[in-house]
Amino acid sequence: MRFALPLGAFFLLVTLLAVGLTLNPREVPSPLVGKNAPVFELPRLHEPARRFSPKEMQGQVWLLNVWASWCVSCRDEHPLLVDLARSRTVPVYGLNYKDKREEALRWLVQFGDPYVLSVADADGRIGIDYGVYGVPETYVIDKAGVIRYKQIGPLTAERIKTRILPLVAELQR
Amino acid sequence: MMRAALALLLAVMLVAPAAAGEAAPAAEDPALEKRVIELAAELRCLVCQNQSLADSNAGLAVDLRNQIRERMREGQSESQIVDFMVARYGDFVLYRPPVKATTALLWFGPILLVVVGLVVLFVRLRRRRAAAEPELSAVDHERAARLLAPGDEAETR
Repeated sequence: MRFALPLGAFFLLVTLLAVGLTLNPREVPSPLVGKNAPVFELPRLHEPARRFSPKEMQGQVWLLNVWASWCVSCRDEHPLLVDLARSRTVPVYGLNYKDKREEALRWLVQFGDPYVLSVADADGRIGIDYGVYGVPETYVIDKAGVIRYKQIGPLTAERIKTRILPLVAELQR
Repeated sequence: MMRAALALLLAVMLVAPAAAGEAAPAAEDPALEKRVIELAAELRCLVCQNQSLADSNAGLAVDLRNQIRERMREGQSESQIVDFMVARYGDFVLYRPPVKATTALLWFGPILLVVVGLVVLFVRLRRRRAAAEPELSAVDHERAARLLAPGDEAETR
């Protein structure tokens, strides 16, 4: 009984630390969720003469996926994006981040191109506006152009099923 | 032959450093660079989270330092640049987070712990003092007086 209090405090601390260990320090809550997707106008990857701006997506729910040919975990999530694109539930657009055009194009040929189109953010300036710090990242943007969800790091099948698809369905209504 | 080879080797050794990569150009404006580094030291690099933007050589850190430099050149103030970073990466980029509802525990937690510790200490000390001075009844006093009284051998046996 004498040790009840210190023992209780000890277990409280252990619980706190145990929970802390399971958290992912890389998942920093983005201040951009709930805000308008930053405006940009960038050359398209396949047709650099033409440009793309998120304004063209008004009235549609869409995903913006940040990827690069030098990004290893992009390869992990890529088949999932290809599947998602094939299912035609939501259009996926690509932001090719700090990449070389030829390498990016070759990468898409090699692994498949799930994107309606990709834009080239060669110097990473737009990536900064989107708070990108760990490629791949994926944004769910609603009909009004507001970011509703941000995935930092590669998507997983489970994350798509439990978070992305329900959210997209809700936003599309 | 040997001498020629040595001479050639020496020549290569003398020339090689000159061919090595040129050092990055020194800052054109040391005063500006100093301000850039001072501000960058206050901001966390998100790629390698235990380093500041000033320390890190991650691609993103270099880009963000360039952003700071550009914005300072345009005449933006430190707080404007910090706002720019926070709008994109959140309070997490600040090594000195602002006092808000979500950071209250961070700021006041240590004080709270000290207060709790002091209260516990105070309560324990009071309890100990109370235990050290047991209440004596009139009977106890009488017995003590008898024990301490000189010449009465019978009681001490």
